[in-house]
Amino acid sequence: MTRQLHKTSPPVSAQQENFLRAHHRHHHRITLGRFFLLLLFLGLWEMAARLGWIDPFFFSSPSGIVKYLWQMLADHSFFAHTGVTLFETIASFFLVTLLSLLAATLLWYQNSLSEILEPYLVVLNALPKSALAPLLIVWLGTGTNTIIVAGISVAVFGSIISLYTGFCQVDPEMCKLIYTLGGSRRDALTKVILPSSVPLILSSMKVNIGLSLVGVIIGEFLAARRGLGYLIIYGSQVFQLNMVITSIIILCAIAMVFYKLIQSAEHYYKKRY
Amino acid sequence: MLQRDHLFEWRTVYQNVILGLELTHSLTKENTDYILKLLKDYGLIGFKDKKPSELSGGMRQRAALIRTMAVHPDLLLLDEPFSALDFQTRLSVSADIANIIRETGKTALLITHDLSEAITLADRVIVLSRRPAGVKREMEIRYEIGREDPLAVRGTAAYQEYFNQLWEVLTDDKTIA
Repeated sequence: MTRQLHKTSPPVSAQQENFLRAHHRHHHRITLGRFFLLLLFLGLWEMAARLGWIDPFFFSSPSGIVKYLWQMLADHSFFAHTGVTLFETIASFFLVTLLSLLAATLLWYQNSLSEILEPYLVVLNALPKSALAPLLIVWLGTGTNTIIVAGISVAVFGSIISLYTGFCQVDPEMCKLIYTLGGSRRDALTKVILPSSVPLILSSMKVNIGLSLVGVIIGEFLAARRGLGYLIIYGSQVFQLNMVITSIIILCAIAMVFYKLIQSAEHYYKKRY
Repeated sequence: MLQRDHLFEWRTVYQNVILGLELTHSLTKENTDYILKLLKDYGLIGFKDKKPSELSGGMRQRAALIRTMAVHPDLLLLDEPFSALDFQTRLSVSADIANIIRETGKTALLITHDLSEAITLADRVIVLSRRPAGVKREMEIRYEIGREDPLAVRGTAAYQEYFNQLWEVLTDDKTIA
């Protein structure tokens, strides 16, 4: 972006040119450093496995992972397992976002309701949600529904609390302005509270996507026959460490893609406003 | 109008000034034409589609005034609308806004702690006492040179006279509000 700016704005002094060049050089160096670290790590790992410093049966190796990944792509199990986990994560992420927006709005509307519910929300948020998973299996059986609910349960309470707190921190004078111009509480919500909370909503989405993934994997550990969480548990039971570590690496990639997507939404919003 | 203009950053200037019409569901052609006329008269038409953060302090207060005028209020309540501006901007913006209000013939109630602001802008000054607040004194303000230029009246003898009177009222029993 800076580069484009520098191309489209003609009058750039020599000092500014130098500054921009140094700025770009700094960025290149950072990116290069990141790649170098990754290559160094992978190289050391591969070397240690080949030279017998570590046992590749327990620790796997980059070449083993690539081989296994290739095999997964060839027999289409890659798409089946990754697809299931992706679907469950996206479903629970959307439901979390929707539910927490609705709940926070309702709490903001009804002050007494939020006072009544506050301790319950705090307790539910603090509760380790993995403790609920066995209960969910008994109630909902094993399968996609249980896993999506597990994903929701991890993220939703914290999200409600942070959105509601944010709604309450919006400058009350802005709401007063709406009322003096003849607006209702509903107008205050749609014209002040929600639009001014967009940055907050985006940042809570960033947290939610990560937590949904955590919940989905917990669910898959316990109640699935498909998905990356299932592969990790199954692989560790049959000592297929290639399978386990490959799944973990796919999870890393998924988390990164999600994070980047929301981050670019944030950038887009900041550029517009 | 309040101390801070509270223009919404997520709306353009135009979207900000039509807020009142939006809330009362009266976005008619007639009303929007009136708003466009106000924007033109107060030199904001070129900034119609800009964000409030791109405006100067004085322009923001003018936009806030248009937002208030758009709903055709019977009475304008101005709660220290200039107190957040620096002195120089404050002089010119208060003169601007006073003229705008005078032209439309609306009644306005301005709350201020600034004695000069009160006697240059108002036709009547009402001094309130300390709590429990009561009306302590009411003064009619008249200038021979007229009111077109609120800055010019600051140089007249009458202005000095009003200022001293007002100062006396405020200090006579140590109840500076």
